[in-house]
Amino acid sequence: MLQAAQVASGSLVIEGTRIDVIERGAGRPLLFLHAENGIEPAVAAIDELAKAARVIAPTHPGFGGSALPHAMRSVDDLSYFYLDLLDQLDLRGVTIVGVSLGAWIAAEIAVKSTARLSRLVMANAAGVKIGDRETRDIADIFALTEQDYLEIAYCDPNVGRRDYKSLPDSEALAAARAREATARFAWSPYFHNPRLKSRLHRIRIPTLFLWGMHDRMISEAYGRAYCALVPGARFETIEQAGHFPHQEQPVEFAGRVLVFMEHK
Amino acid sequence: MAAEWGATMRVYQFSEQPYYPTWNDHSGSLRVILPNRKCDPPVAADLFHRYYDEYQICDEIGLDIMLNEHHQSATCMSSAVVIGLAVLARATKKARLLVLGYPIGHRPDPLRVAEELSTIDVISRGRLDMGFIKGIPYEIAASNRNPVELMERFWEAHDFIIKAMTTHDENFNWEGEYFHYRQVNVWPRVLQEPHPPIWSTTGSTSQARALGERGYVMATLGTGYGTRKIFDAYRKSYVAKFANAPAADRFAYSGPCRGPQRRGGSAQARPSDRGLSAHQRDRLPTVPQSSRLSAG
Repeated sequence: MLQAAQVASGSLVIEGTRIDVIERGAGRPLLFLHAENGIEPAVAAIDELAKAARVIAPTHPGFGGSALPHAMRSVDDLSYFYLDLLDQLDLRGVTIVGVSLGAWIAAEIAVKSTARLSRLVMANAAGVKIGDRETRDIADIFALTEQDYLEIAYCDPNVGRRDYKSLPDSEALAAARAREATARFAWSPYFHNPRLKSRLHRIRIPTLFLWGMHDRMISEAYGRAYCALVPGARFETIEQAGHFPHQEQPVEFAGRVLVFMEHK
Repeated sequence: MAAEWGATMRVYQFSEQPYYPTWNDHSGSLRVILPNRKCDPPVAADLFHRYYDEYQICDEIGLDIMLNEHHQSATCMSSAVVIGLAVLARATKKARLLVLGYPIGHRPDPLRVAEELSTIDVISRGRLDMGFIKGIPYEIAASNRNPVELMERFWEAHDFIIKAMTTHDENFNWEGEYFHYRQVNVWPRVLQEPHPPIWSTTGSTSQARALGERGYVMATLGTGYGTRKIFDAYRKSYVAKFANAPAADRFAYSGPCRGPQRRGGSAQARPSDRGLSAHQRDRLPTVPQSSRLSAG
């Protein structure tokens, strides 16, 4: 495993594992679970959300500068890590907002316990298998060139493009660790847990699915089918956004989340 | 592939068993994405039989034989090296049979690996040289094993296979990180004691150190002027562990060889006339002039 580098604003130790964390804003608690491209692309959305909520945005174990315990190999493991985090910070009435891989983690948390949760936002969520065994629900990002990946994952590929050669070492390291950690957690079964689908009925808190409608890594049809498995969940699209709507449309994304948090 | 055994240099003939008819007819890559529509099975069959005829010639003239494994590729049709080993275990009598290598971290079932290699060792009457390798990054799809964990799987499979080959008196269990078995008892019992010699490949000094510690035969492939450094790293950790210098038979080196050009005309490789039927000579295509076997 690559060595962790110090990147984000703060640090938390949960059951002996040190992670980077951003804590910003005041108000009702919001746990932001970033996508497979790491925490850096999420900072604009985090800042917007922090205008009306107390945002806690950890960097998942294995990503960015966060440590990775040897035993942490699956999204299921990550969900227990975050349940521990919620206990340790003694948070209540939390809105969990997850994007893609982060949404998968959020669902795995919520099917175990919603005791500390009040709401769930699933943006361009991975985590289940909708199609049949010969249908690729989720594009194989490990079999695409950088350019092809940017074109399917973004409405505007330039938003996602990074000049790796000119990045400072810490950011280049974070990008490499994100890729490695995504492989660690999402390799096979690819970007999903075959058991999760049958457990989604356990999520009985208000749930919003947000979907960047230009996502060609995971389709809107998949998102709607996933949404239909969560009791009472609502589905909304975000325009001019692809697989990472928090990165492409941070203001709109944050606005939708904050409105949802206000709903009775 | 050359390795020194006692005072004699052993030479292992190595062909990747390529499907060269499509080398000038591909859409950008000979590997991974080249659809198998480009493989004409009757031609592939003729090529396989030519390659195995050539191996039999090696056996007759005193060369040893090395097989390898690649996947999804026109550079190497041997996608399941155990098949070739099985053919040669029966079809040859004297040659050492080196597999370099068996990608043990990729195989879902190292017990099956132990059974296959034990059987080959027995049928060949103790001529198996057992090479364990990591595999190459762009062939992950062939097994879909998680690339991040590959080395850990490799070492657990390695430990398990050795235990399976060297346990003779009682069934054992294995509940590791990656593999679970409850009643392991491998038949037939492997012939060479304590197990066939273990080889591995490397291009790095860190892996050379790991191999030196274990006294395995270290094979370097085309490492050229960088070889000295790798051999020295091996020697250093070997001496630290075993207190004496490694014998020459711990070191192997592979470099490509080109056959002689035919006189009067462009260089074209033709299958050797020895050992081939007239039917095969007529059907086999010549190697395109501009093609080159890609590295690795």
